[in-house]
Amino acid sequence: MADLINLTIDGRAVQAAPGTLVIEAAKKAGIEIPAFCYYEGLSLQGACRMCLVEVEKFPKLQVGCTLPVAEGMVVHTDSPTVQQARKGTLEFLLTNHPLDCPVCDKGGECELQDMVFRYGVGESRYIETKHHVDEKQWSPVVYFDAPRCILCYRCVRVCGEGMGVNALGIVNRGVLAEIGPNEGDHLECDECGNCIDICPVGALTSGIYRYQTRPWEMNHVGTICTHCSGGCKTTLGVRNDQVIRGNNRDRSGINGEFLCLKGRYAFDFLESEERLQTPMKRVDGKLEPISWAEALELAASKLKDAKNPGVIGSTRTTNEESYYLQKFARQGLKTSNIDHIRTGDVTTLIDALSGKTDALATIGDLYTTKAALIIGADLAQQQPFMAYQLRANWRHHQSHTYTITPGPVREDQYSVGAVRCDAGKELDQLESLRDKLKAEASLVIIYGDCVKGDGVRKLVAFGDSLGIPVKYIPLVDYTNSRGALDMGVASDLEPGYKPAAKTGLSVAQMIAAKDLDVLWVVGEDPLRGKDLGSTSAFVIVQDMFLTETAQKADLVLPSASNYEKTGTVTNVTGEVQKLKRAAKTMGAKADLEIMGLIAKEMGLNLGIWTPDKVFDEIRKTVKGYNVPLPVVASGGAAQSQPVNGRVPSNYNPAEIDSDDNTLFTSGTLGRYSKIMNSVMEAPGGLYK
Amino acid sequence: MTPTIGKLYNEPHPDETRVLTWRFGKPNSWKIDTYLADGGYQTIMKALQMTQEQIIEEVKTSGLRGRGGAGFPTGLKWSFVPRSSPKPKYIVCNADESEPGTCKDRLLIEFDPHQLIEGLMIAGHAMGSQHAYVYIRGEYRFLIEHLNGAIDEAYAAGVLGENIRGTGFTFHVHTHSGAGAYECGEETALLDSLEGKRGVPRMKPPFPAVAGAWACPTLLNNVETFSAVVPIIRDGGAKFLSYGVPKSGGTRLLCVSGHVNKPGVYEVPLGMDTMTFINGIAGGVKGGKLKAVVPGGSSCPILTADECQNLPMDYDSVAKIGSMMGSGGMVVMNEHTDMVAVALRIIKFYQHESCGWCIPCREGTTWLKKSLQRYADGGGSEADIDIIHELAKNMLGRTFCALGDAAAMPTISLVTKFRSEFIEYLKKPRAVHQHELVGIH
Amino acid sequence: MTFSPALEQRFEKMLKAYPEGKTRSAVVPMLIYAQDETGAVTEELIQEVAKRCGVSRLQVDEVVGYYSMLHRKPQGKYHVQICTNISCMLVGGTELYEHCSKKLGIGHKQTEPTGLFSLEEVECMGACSWAPTVTVNYDYYHNVTPEMLDQLLEDIRKANR
Repeated sequence: MADLINLTIDGRAVQAAPGTLVIEAAKKAGIEIPAFCYYEGLSLQGACRMCLVEVEKFPKLQVGCTLPVAEGMVVHTDSPTVQQARKGTLEFLLTNHPLDCPVCDKGGECELQDMVFRYGVGESRYIETKHHVDEKQWSPVVYFDAPRCILCYRCVRVCGEGMGVNALGIVNRGVLAEIGPNEGDHLECDECGNCIDICPVGALTSGIYRYQTRPWEMNHVGTICTHCSGGCKTTLGVRNDQVIRGNNRDRSGINGEFLCLKGRYAFDFLESEERLQTPMKRVDGKLEPISWAEALELAASKLKDAKNPGVIGSTRTTNEESYYLQKFARQGLKTSNIDHIRTGDVTTLIDALSGKTDALATIGDLYTTKAALIIGADLAQQQPFMAYQLRANWRHHQSHTYTITPGPVREDQYSVGAVRCDAGKELDQLESLRDKLKAEASLVIIYGDCVKGDGVRKLVAFGDSLGIPVKYIPLVDYTNSRGALDMGVASDLEPGYKPAAKTGLSVAQMIAAKDLDVLWVVGEDPLRGKDLGSTSAFVIVQDMFLTETAQKADLVLPSASNYEKTGTVTNVTGEVQKLKRAAKTMGAKADLEIMGLIAKEMGLNLGIWTPDKVFDEIRKTVKGYNVPLPVVASGGAAQSQPVNGRVPSNYNPAEIDSDDNTLFTSGTLGRYSKIMNSVMEAPGGLYK
Repeated sequence: MTPTIGKLYNEPHPDETRVLTWRFGKPNSWKIDTYLADGGYQTIMKALQMTQEQIIEEVKTSGLRGRGGAGFPTGLKWSFVPRSSPKPKYIVCNADESEPGTCKDRLLIEFDPHQLIEGLMIAGHAMGSQHAYVYIRGEYRFLIEHLNGAIDEAYAAGVLGENIRGTGFTFHVHTHSGAGAYECGEETALLDSLEGKRGVPRMKPPFPAVAGAWACPTLLNNVETFSAVVPIIRDGGAKFLSYGVPKSGGTRLLCVSGHVNKPGVYEVPLGMDTMTFINGIAGGVKGGKLKAVVPGGSSCPILTADECQNLPMDYDSVAKIGSMMGSGGMVVMNEHTDMVAVALRIIKFYQHESCGWCIPCREGTTWLKKSLQRYADGGGSEADIDIIHELAKNMLGRTFCALGDAAAMPTISLVTKFRSEFIEYLKKPRAVHQHELVGIH
Repeated sequence: MTFSPALEQRFEKMLKAYPEGKTRSAVVPMLIYAQDETGAVTEELIQEVAKRCGVSRLQVDEVVGYYSMLHRKPQGKYHVQICTNISCMLVGGTELYEHCSKKLGIGHKQTEPTGLFSLEEVECMGACSWAPTVTVNYDYYHNVTPEMLDQLLEDIRKANR
């Protein structure tokens, strides 16, 4: 490493690596140089001129956000000249700003307000007319109020550099210059809202949050997004038990400030008028509301009497719920017929990697790996945070990305090897990249559901043959798809990938079976477009909505969403994170509570059913889940370590199938999110 | 009344030193046959016998400084281009001529386009470049077509193209039309514009010499600068230097406009006395006594009549009294000139042309324009003068590019040097304020 | 969209003038030349230029609003531009503009109902030493007096009768 550079900032001796910008060197020394346009991780603009500092021997004030440190440099960030310059710049900024703070969404958390408060002058000398243009709506979720805009270009950059979408630009010139959307009068984009989030002022506002509340009236609850398996933290703004917005402005969580449409807006299903609020049982062919007491009694009696029950778990419910459900099935109901709908082949990978250490990548690795290979996945649609990470890695570290996909993907913008092939033939294309991949220092391979069963073994053999360190990410669909498998909601596996003592029926087998007498479905919709083979089976469904499966049920128990629960979920790369309850439920109960109450009704002793207690048990008994409690408890992501050893399984790979969600679909939840369906891009498609 | 090419808009003056403009006024001076007859395209042949270093050295010797406005030493600029870079190198010629008061580059293209082409070729050889792009402001459509005609002639005559005259030297010249943006005269904004983007200046470093057009090493100079290279290589740098003064070598084209009897574009040696020029070549002040002079385009701080006495017109002397030689656009004002109107008109221009990229320029020029408009309309007060002064100072040296300075400097000079006139203005009855200028947007 | 054969030829040459893969460079010149034929920068033209230069619609849109010679609304058949910048102002440019405005009965950036003339007060056009300057479409007129302007407008009117 090159020698550190010595400089002086406000009289303090500071050391910084060559190339460090003065603004960053100051920050490390605890000195704030204010700036609007400077944004860590995005390209430099030098546009706002707030960061001007005095550097000795320079006749003019220097731009702190673009000036690299130099040996012996003496910087003053708080001299009278600098203070005066900041006052002058802020005074300029406010001339055409409407100063409508009392009604502005951003009021109270606005960087312009803060900056003027701290560095500005108290009064205005501006007595001329202000330039005004009307507010515009660019999409159901994005509004733009040009007069509030200070033209820091953060939105343009986060959309272009961060997302690779390039939906925002600058139109007009001079004082008339403003941010413009790609389609002239509207946006066609990911609708991710990162532009709104990054806006330092109230220029870009969210269609669902605007004029709803003052920010200080909300509680901010950091929890894990309940949609895809990325494991992004979304901080929900909650007022009076109502979730009003989602963002991750405090950059807690593995995703930093990144969120897609789902994490930012698609919590609205919570308040869907179609939410189930009371248990129902089938009476004369129709579902009729009943009390919880009656419902629990009915469920318990049916399960108690069951000779050949089947249990289908969920890819969304918490680890605690999944663990408790399989325990309920195996110990309480004495059945091995427990499974969940699998969307990616993790099991074969773990088996194939037996004996290797450090072969499973985390999402964090995508920002540091020298190279990545994407097989059969459209990350920008299916795993937007992964796509964001890889792009950032390329922008910041010039990493190499390769793709083998059945159609165009956004990574094509910068990939160094893009291979197109027919869907299902992806692995046949590996050899064409061999020479390039061999030359890489390290590689992360991300694969979708087209690689399963023997395909996974073939892929690992290929990885082995490259002679470089290779890590893998098997993609799965939902927020706790990975947890469901880890917790042994699987006909072939008990918790911790322990081969099941007796292999039970898989989901498909349970649906096809003619002799099930009870089917208990927790948070899943397996009968969507299908009929149950056993016409006489008593079907119990726990769900938030009257899904197709629920419509066919004999007993429906309304359940809570993950935003109404505590517990843990495990993301696609095995990181365990804690859910924090943001809102209370009306009528519905958390699945764990429902299961616990049924167990109690049945007189079963399956242990205390509070999330903390169950998690304790998981940590003690499930291999790989002895994760550090403080990390999880404090909102961090704790890496689980699946077993390193053979995982024999005869699970039929044909049953492993991704739902191929896009940015605008999300299984059952997506169907009940108005916001997801309201954007013009919905439902979208892969490889377009 | 039909616009024509080749008609001199003003007669040359015998006191001029016509080094670049010596062919102006000759019949068909813009045609290649007359250029060849006058020894044209022999200098490039001479240059091809010289090494790149020798050419750059000769340009350094000449004392030539950039004629676009900044006055950076040309030879030094040429030496910054990394000629050993494996990337292609480009020559870009700035013919965006937009600084109010300036109208010389168009004449160099109009009357002697082949001199410019030859200058570009010499630069191309010196830089190891095969392509030159001439960025011409969109308003000069006639000039684009005119230069295209000259380029076609040069190709037809075999002085442009592949392996020119069997020398092994290959060179191409292309024209590129702007579309109305003063900011594109700033070299990095010009490059962004050339790349098809908004003409917003770039962050420096990297400088264009290292990463210019399409991120490749690029030599960017003004039309007059490239044209001057031909006499410099033809007659030697020392000869060119000898026309002017040591630190401001050669001649330069002065565009004199406003209240003079003989407005026009004249080529004079650098260092010529300002009043000698105004009273001599420019025919004296028209309509009254001299009040003020903008020495080099509207961005330069204005000079009072007193300041113009005994003032040699060279880069350093003009800088010493706090102004600039700029782009050679001298605007002369007589005693009846309304300085409030002048200040307003100048700021209106810079407000209109501010690209909007940075806050102090975008908002500062707008505020200044609105304040000065109100002042000119009779709604001002003495406090406004101080605020205007202070706002301009708040822009000065703090904007992303020099446009902010270009707006601030004349404003500051006007409200300080003519403060008493601003105060007098307040006493006029409102009715006489005649500055209901239409807002340009 | 297709343009006149001459313009198509120009565009073909233009796209080859820039280094390989740098066709974005042609955006501004293409817009200004095309605008001369289409009368304005229409949405269709934006899309067409985007397609021809291999850039996004937005990348063209960003440029259109930046350059003052590009205009989204059609102008008169004869677009009269009068400079009132400092050199012209000192020798009667403002008065010339006002004279013309009265004469045509239209103001800044307005077009006659007949569509024959449109008027624009413009910034410096680079003819300061021969001020005041007027351009009609791309033709320059120097040292223009109100009388000369009247004559010019009249000649154009006659020719278009």
